[in-house]
Amino acid sequence: MAKSPDQEHPHKAFGWAARDKSGLLSPFHFSRRENGDEDVTIKILFCGVCHSDLHIAKNEWGFTNYPIVPGHEIVGTVMNVGSNVKKFKVGERVGVGVLVGSCKKCENCQQDLENYCPQPIFTYNSHYTDGTKTYGGYSDTIVVDERYVLRFPDNLPSEGGAPLLCAGITVYSPMKYYGMTEPGKHLGVAGLGGLGHVAVKMGKAFGLKVTVISSSPKKEAEAIEKLGADSFLLTSDPTKMKAALGTMDYIIDTVSAVHPLLPLLSLLKLNGKLVTVGLPDKPLELPIFPLVLGRKLVGGSDVGGMKETQEMLDFCAKHGITADVEVIQMDYINTAMERLAKSDVRYRFVIDVASSLSQ
Amino acid sequence: MAKSPEQEHPQEALGWAARDPSGLLSPFKFSRRATGEKDVKFKVLFCGICHSDLHSLRNEWGFSTYPLVPGHEVVGEVVEVGSKVEKFKVGDKVGVGCLVGSCGSCDSCYVHLENYCPKMIQTYGSIYHDGTMTYGGYSNMMVVDEHFAIKFPQNMPLDAGAPLLCAGITVYSPMRFFGLDRPGTHLGVVGLGGLGHVAVKFAKAMGVKVTVISSSPRKREEALQRHGADAFLVSSDINQVQAAMGTMDGIIDTVSAVHPMLPLIGLLKHNGKLILVGAPDRPLELPVFPLLMGRKIVAGSCIGGIKETQEMIDFAAKHKVAADIEVISIDYLNTAVDRLAKGDVKYRFVIDIGNTLK
Repeated sequence: MAKSPDQEHPHKAFGWAARDKSGLLSPFHFSRRENGDEDVTIKILFCGVCHSDLHIAKNEWGFTNYPIVPGHEIVGTVMNVGSNVKKFKVGERVGVGVLVGSCKKCENCQQDLENYCPQPIFTYNSHYTDGTKTYGGYSDTIVVDERYVLRFPDNLPSEGGAPLLCAGITVYSPMKYYGMTEPGKHLGVAGLGGLGHVAVKMGKAFGLKVTVISSSPKKEAEAIEKLGADSFLLTSDPTKMKAALGTMDYIIDTVSAVHPLLPLLSLLKLNGKLVTVGLPDKPLELPIFPLVLGRKLVGGSDVGGMKETQEMLDFCAKHGITADVEVIQMDYINTAMERLAKSDVRYRFVIDVASSLSQ
Repeated sequence: MAKSPEQEHPQEALGWAARDPSGLLSPFKFSRRATGEKDVKFKVLFCGICHSDLHSLRNEWGFSTYPLVPGHEVVGEVVEVGSKVEKFKVGDKVGVGCLVGSCGSCDSCYVHLENYCPKMIQTYGSIYHDGTMTYGGYSNMMVVDEHFAIKFPQNMPLDAGAPLLCAGITVYSPMRFFGLDRPGTHLGVVGLGGLGHVAVKFAKAMGVKVTVISSSPRKREEALQRHGADAFLVSSDINQVQAAMGTMDGIIDTVSAVHPMLPLIGLLKHNGKLILVGAPDRPLELPVFPLLMGRKIVAGSCIGGIKETQEMIDFAAKHKVAADIEVISIDYLNTAVDRLAKGDVKYRFVIDIGNTLK
């Protein structure tokens, strides 16, 4: 008979889990594995609330395996290191993002693209190499193979830095890969949420002109005054949209709801690139004429590899880029999820795990 | 009162035109402009029948104006050159593709991408700089600005080379631009028609491994034996598609009907590129998860600039790439158009204008 979550491993752990597709989270006792030779045991200080946590808690993508403990924007301190661990020592501040394992042998893993490994092990809702379920950062501790642990730069605050571990790398990686970093070029950021607001900050750090493209007029002031965007384009304003036709070199599309691509494609110049990082639960309609007539492309991107995630954290530390966050206690999480579903957050909830979860 | 097509220009011309969206073609007398100082006048010898001609004839894209003289795969012999023409002389063999004009001063024109100029002038169905309608290559004579004329190499057959002026450049340009031209690359080609068969030939000339992806099992032998493709897979055969998942660096999709993208995206390796050169008249469904999880792209491409079209013809001549054609007389034109609509051609009709349009 399979062991219960609180008995399958030797070290007790405590977190909040969702047990069904209502997505409602509540206290959950489970356990963490013994710290192996390559492992690092982390006391979790903060964990960001990513929109994916909400999708998966409610089984919106259809592959949730309950109970789940979400959370893949984890910041904490090292409590124990295995005998082969070289990169970290006890007391250091570290981060864990979306991955806690991969095959390590395939071409992608060998090129530091663990995120494209055909056998990825996600921080939660996956199965680890020992066959047990992975539980995420809405919990007090986590044990992770050092390869998938990030060093947190000294001058990067934990609360504002935690969301970079998913939101940050999700926009940084395609900006580098698709060459969206040439100073002076014009970047559009579609959607101003957790991903979008970080993309604006990174775009400015790369020396780009940044336009936020949004359906919410009330986000304009924030976009310009607080986040430093150069301009704001309201998708429901036909005059402004027309004036902006063919003006952008690239667009990062962070919108996760189903939405029309034609207006975004029309904003691109010749050879323009629309990179989508949001995950709608249904296919999008792709009109082909604008692609053909302007040699434009639509590309995808999915988080980033470990090396690049570290590079991204260091880049953010250097340029003073952090997420704008609302810090909450764990028992606020269900309310936070409801507010997140209505985009009522500026721009990421971060759970103060250490102060709100007691042993 | 606007002048009639016969009277608006000083040089008499004869062609075949459609007068309405039935697309039925019949003899049409019209006229060509005087040969300007930068113009080249040539006697048309051959003209390919492109699928776009069919779309335009029947107003399937909704912007045709009649009378319509199609034809943008035109080859002929120069009979007169303007005083400032430098690239051509009388007797030269010349080709004209989809473009006969552009603004000459925009960012696209400056980098030899006249095909992306917002004011590009198409060989037929467009308004020229002088305000008159352009008429295409289903005609006995053309006058074209030398900038838009392609020099035909000596060893390029005129009839089999004509389709390269549209079909050829349409597949060549994205293969170069998207880096799908390197030896060892594995390229998929969707659709084995006018564009598809030329894509296979170019790919083999570039040292690229080619898999033809088709909905017609009966095209297997032709793809492998006649065109030299390395493999063939039937797009509706789940087992064949499954076996080839994640094996292609790129895919050139020449199909202009609406069709599913999900299997094609699945055939791509990580970082793979699906390039659409057919233009379905309705949007396609883009499945987002597979695009993200493989960091793949879907892109479009539209013919090529003039400089690149010349480069393509020279490459084709050097590597003996030409279209597989069925040469027809002008009287067969309507029958050919009907057969093209049914996909009944291996693989391009080419009208023998020189000998049959009189």
